[in-house]
Amino acid sequence: MKKKMVSILLAASLAATLLAGCGTGNGNGNGTNDNTAGDNGAAGSEDGGDAAGGGTKDNGGAIVGEEEGSVYYLNFKPEQAQQWKDLAREYSDEAGVPVTIETAASGTYESTLKSEMAKSDAPTLFQVNGPAGLASWKDYCYDLKDSAVYKNLKSDDFALISDDGQVQGIAYVIETYGLIYNKDIIDDYCEMDGAKIKDVSEINSFAKLKEAADDMQAKKDELGIKGVFASAGMDSSSDWRFKTHLANMPIYFEYQDENVATTDAIKGTHLDAYKNIWDLYITDSTVEPTMISGMTGEDAAAEFAMGEAVFYQNGTWAYQDITGNEVDDDDMGMLPIYIGVGDEANQGLCTGSENYWCVNKNASEDDINATLNFLEWVITSDRGREVFRDEMGFVTPFSTFTDEYMPENPLVDAANDYIDSGKTSVPWVFSTIPSEGWKNGVGSALLEYAQGTGDWDAVKDAFVEGWASEYSAVNQ
Amino acid sequence: MQKSLKRYFPVFAFPTLAAFTIGFFIPFVMGIYLSFCKFTTVTDAKFIGIGNYLKILSDRTFLHSLWYTAAFTIVSMVLINVLAFTVAMLLTKGIQGTNAFRTVFFMPNLIGGIVLGYIWQLLLNGILANFQKTLTYNSAYGFWGLVVLMCWQQIGYMMIIYISGIQNVPGELIEAAKIDGARPAQILFHVTIPMVMPSITICTFLTLTNGFKLFDQNLALTNGEPSSMSELLALNIFNTFYGRTGYEGVGQAKAVIFFILVALIAIIQTRLTRTKEVQH
Repeated sequence: MKKKMVSILLAASLAATLLAGCGTGNGNGNGTNDNTAGDNGAAGSEDGGDAAGGGTKDNGGAIVGEEEGSVYYLNFKPEQAQQWKDLAREYSDEAGVPVTIETAASGTYESTLKSEMAKSDAPTLFQVNGPAGLASWKDYCYDLKDSAVYKNLKSDDFALISDDGQVQGIAYVIETYGLIYNKDIIDDYCEMDGAKIKDVSEINSFAKLKEAADDMQAKKDELGIKGVFASAGMDSSSDWRFKTHLANMPIYFEYQDENVATTDAIKGTHLDAYKNIWDLYITDSTVEPTMISGMTGEDAAAEFAMGEAVFYQNGTWAYQDITGNEVDDDDMGMLPIYIGVGDEANQGLCTGSENYWCVNKNASEDDINATLNFLEWVITSDRGREVFRDEMGFVTPFSTFTDEYMPENPLVDAANDYIDSGKTSVPWVFSTIPSEGWKNGVGSALLEYAQGTGDWDAVKDAFVEGWASEYSAVNQ
Repeated sequence: MQKSLKRYFPVFAFPTLAAFTIGFFIPFVMGIYLSFCKFTTVTDAKFIGIGNYLKILSDRTFLHSLWYTAAFTIVSMVLINVLAFTVAMLLTKGIQGTNAFRTVFFMPNLIGGIVLGYIWQLLLNGILANFQKTLTYNSAYGFWGLVVLMCWQQIGYMMIIYISGIQNVPGELIEAAKIDGARPAQILFHVTIPMVMPSITICTFLTLTNGFKLFDQNLALTNGEPSSMSELLALNIFNTFYGRTGYEGVGQAKAVIFFILVALIAIIQTRLTRTKEVQH
């Protein structure tokens, strides 16, 4: 009998550790309320963030130990993890305020943020990726209206402002993506007999891009490349390049047609163009389409950096990953992603931001102030601006970053050239995509189509029906 | 004796009880409560009733991962136990280098699940690359990859349990069977297996619950790709909780259902195999 009890207990406890896993934040969480948020934490647990909104000011400052407050930044960009740490250390030495920087691994920001925010030492500074990301965190955003970062912002276009005028998030980096290309290989190709183009500037439409790419793919052995396009990896480290960044194109052109900025039901009018460019990517590629499910972001970057591929769809942030290898900085350029729709002659690169700073309003007042001071230091001090320019390579929307603080990045230069020559930049409308669920649905369908295990109708379904259902799921 | 037991019970049991309460009981109760709530972080939840449970019904991935997990659990449980028992039988015959073999077979169990997952991902992708495929090409690849991985990891562990069971079979029983003229197969099925039934109970229990709760290996090997089709239940819950805005409560509700399911299966299984055990 006793044995039986033991075995049942054993069974129950083993099974139940699972549940415990999901709830481990709880114990700590209670601590949060006691320590930093005082009474208002208890109220907050009853009716969401609203109550907390009313009472942020009087959250029992007496209990908080440190006078100076401290900063905890949960950084989104793994590329700049070390640079942020170094910068934080310098600030700590200078201002005597402890600054902690943590960086979430690629693709895990939301889950890391979710568990970090439940802790007693929650991040005081975090990021959202735009309106869709803000939806889940808006109750945690401190109004940045009076902050130095907002005052130095060049335009309200770079801020996330709620309907009632609260500044909830501020973009800190402007980025541009397109088709990064290797000038050296293209020049080699142009000198070959029967080349379809004489200069890279002749690629100014999808038709021309396809013609040249197909021909280069046919001559890949003579050119010494593995394929024209770096592998269209659908591993989670790379699939966002297609399910989000490439999907931006058909969505943008549809918005243009309809003359809207967002929609609750997409029609998918330009899905054929989306199919054409995707077909091009997977056909004129370094790998067989059946391989792409396992190809990572590093694979694609390495292929381009080692001169094995001519084109690589990515953005200015990829510069650090590809520089210093086979491809000289002078040989890097960027073309718009032509998909054969709209006014291609005047199409520019895709420019926007999906990195918005938000300050946690549930943090103690001291911590909030410390965080705002840290941000101000970052964007106004010489050292902060230098690190942004030299080490992180950020182009920012802040007026404090005058021309001398433009980073040396050939991809940024290419982006500026397009703007200077009067081409129309394509905004990042993918921030209006209803949810991650939509992106995952489209990504999976794209992959199955590429592998030959699914057909294009599934992509259409995920794109059109998925949009409507995700939109209603999120906005119910 | 009884008296001092009573007196010292709190002293000896308190640390464990406290740990159990903090590490298990409180999160467990909160977990159940949260499954009826809408929340972003677990510290500010709003009660909404059974809405989360209703949402599960319309979630196709949950049902799929339920079947996928059930199939995986059955296949891996059978394979692991049969193979572990076979290896245990071989390694109790007194062949040379028995200890070395036992150590080698047990070794994979010392490596963590995530590491194992990545190692096998490399190995299997390396093989599949010859056919221009990857593990995430099709959920069947992920399924068998996971089975291979789990066998490799768990056979050694179960083997140890079986070896101790086999070594505890009284020699006179086997000798008596031999004198009565039993063939080796008869000895195996009528003497050895009934005698090691307690080990079988433990091993089936462990492999069953391990299969159902599998997470690390699944995450590292395929991460549910393609299209969440190789997602086991635990990973499905994790992805619902962390991957979808507004679905935290749904993930929690799935976890509650998951708990009930695993507990039920485990209890039924121990009952069943227990009735087969030989009472001394």
